[in-house]
Amino acid sequence: MSGADGREAAVAIEVVDLHKRFGDLEILTGIDLVVHEGEVVCVVGPSGSGKSTLLRCINQLEQSTSGTVRVEGVELTDPDVDIDRVRRRIGMVFQSFNLFPHLRVLDNLTIAQRRTLKRGRSEADRVATANLERVGLADKAGAYPAQLSGGQQQRVAIARALSMDPSLMLFDEPTSSLDPELVGDVLAVMRSLANEGMTMMVVTHEIGFAREVADRVIFMDEGAVVEEGHPDRVLGEPQHERTRIFLQRILAPTSGPVDAGGDGPSG
Amino acid sequence: MSMSPRRKGRVARGVQYAVLAVALLLFAFFADWVEIQQAFFDPAVAASLFPRILTVALKNTVLYTAVGFAFGLALGLVLALMKLSSVGPYRWLATLYIEVFRGLPAILVFVAFGFGVPIAFGTVFPILTTVMLALGLVGAAYIAETIRAGIQAVPRGQVEAARSLGMSTTWATVSIVIPQAFRIVLPPLTNELILLTKDSSLIYVLGLSLSDFDLTFFGRDVLNQSKSMTAIVVAGACYLIITVPLSLVVRRLEARQALTR
Repeated sequence: MSGADGREAAVAIEVVDLHKRFGDLEILTGIDLVVHEGEVVCVVGPSGSGKSTLLRCINQLEQSTSGTVRVEGVELTDPDVDIDRVRRRIGMVFQSFNLFPHLRVLDNLTIAQRRTLKRGRSEADRVATANLERVGLADKAGAYPAQLSGGQQQRVAIARALSMDPSLMLFDEPTSSLDPELVGDVLAVMRSLANEGMTMMVVTHEIGFAREVADRVIFMDEGAVVEEGHPDRVLGEPQHERTRIFLQRILAPTSGPVDAGGDGPSG
Repeated sequence: MSMSPRRKGRVARGVQYAVLAVALLLFAFFADWVEIQQAFFDPAVAASLFPRILTVALKNTVLYTAVGFAFGLALGLVLALMKLSSVGPYRWLATLYIEVFRGLPAILVFVAFGFGVPIAFGTVFPILTTVMLALGLVGAAYIAETIRAGIQAVPRGQVEAARSLGMSTTWATVSIVIPQAFRIVLPPLTNELILLTKDSSLIYVLGLSLSDFDLTFFGRDVLNQSKSMTAIVVAGACYLIITVPLSLVVRRLEARQALTR
């Protein structure tokens, strides 16, 4: 894949001085961020830190107040850009799955292919079936979303996003509304995607997953990036007090204060 | 002496059954069954109604309702989308329309079309066109509000998912939001259809030729000749033949929906 207008091909997402304000409330206070092709970036942080808003600003599901977002060199924040065309290249997976309840699983996967990519029924079906196999749910093609478990629904949602042949994937707390025993299957699908070289940005509370799969972890708080780097460093030896406090809370919610600079979380 | 709540409940239910039984017995004992049968259920008059009550009157009522509902549904959908538009004047127009037509008696609209249009335009619409317009314009106001509520009941995440797959606002609305909104509004929409079925009887203000008779007009016509309420009873039964199955259909659809929700 060659980068447009001579831009370095390896940059998938570029965010420059991104601000998001809801009335008087400043959710994002100037984010700068680069994600390279093939990179897996996990964004962690307390709720209300703006991490989901950041993710939603990247495909402009949430309109940013100011700043620039470029995906594969195309500026999404430019009002003249055909946003729908760019979004087809950006897969998105939501916390609440957001499958279309009135459509069978297969049609959930084909409707956008047919409407926006103008694929014929047989080609769309073929792509959809291949992606259902990828997430291990080929046998559910005829089911309605309500007949599936939460974990299965989320895997279908991932397959739906993959059916558009995206060049990068955004995950917005993909396992947060799942029963604990269903989390593993979804993470396994995400792990295999990462191993295949998909560019991924994942907002998550699954610290274990971040440690194992992420190339880079970003810790956000109060609308800003507090620190970022290799997962072993950010999650194992956090440099900032706020990161330490957050990790303590999330990893040992019931125990007292621990020396976070010490042995760190056990993955 | 105090009773336990459960015992109290049982006694209360017993009393209710007793009251009902006494009322029915009194009615059965004092009613003049011969008079009632002659006035309301005269077999000779009933037989004389057929087959025209089915081939003309019932057919016309169904036809009037169908064209009125179809027009009302189309207009109501447009009004609902206007009311949700980001363009102010569309919203204001839709609101104005809905308030006006919800506030007017349907019969006034029928009179306006039956008598106003010939005066204003010098032409007389065919009956079917007049019913379609009058019934549709009134129905559209209610249908628009029902559909708007249905559209707003579709979770925001549905549009977000569609948009994140690269669908335009229009495609997301057409293929994701509206189909779901219709599932939500199917029961209230069917209520609307039942109401329109009954409102189609207002066509009487236009004056009708024999072949245009609807159920109510037909029943009244026979009542005037036979002096027996039987025609009205049979006409009433015909309305129920339309409306009761509609309710059953809705119940089945709701049950099926519960599966896919």
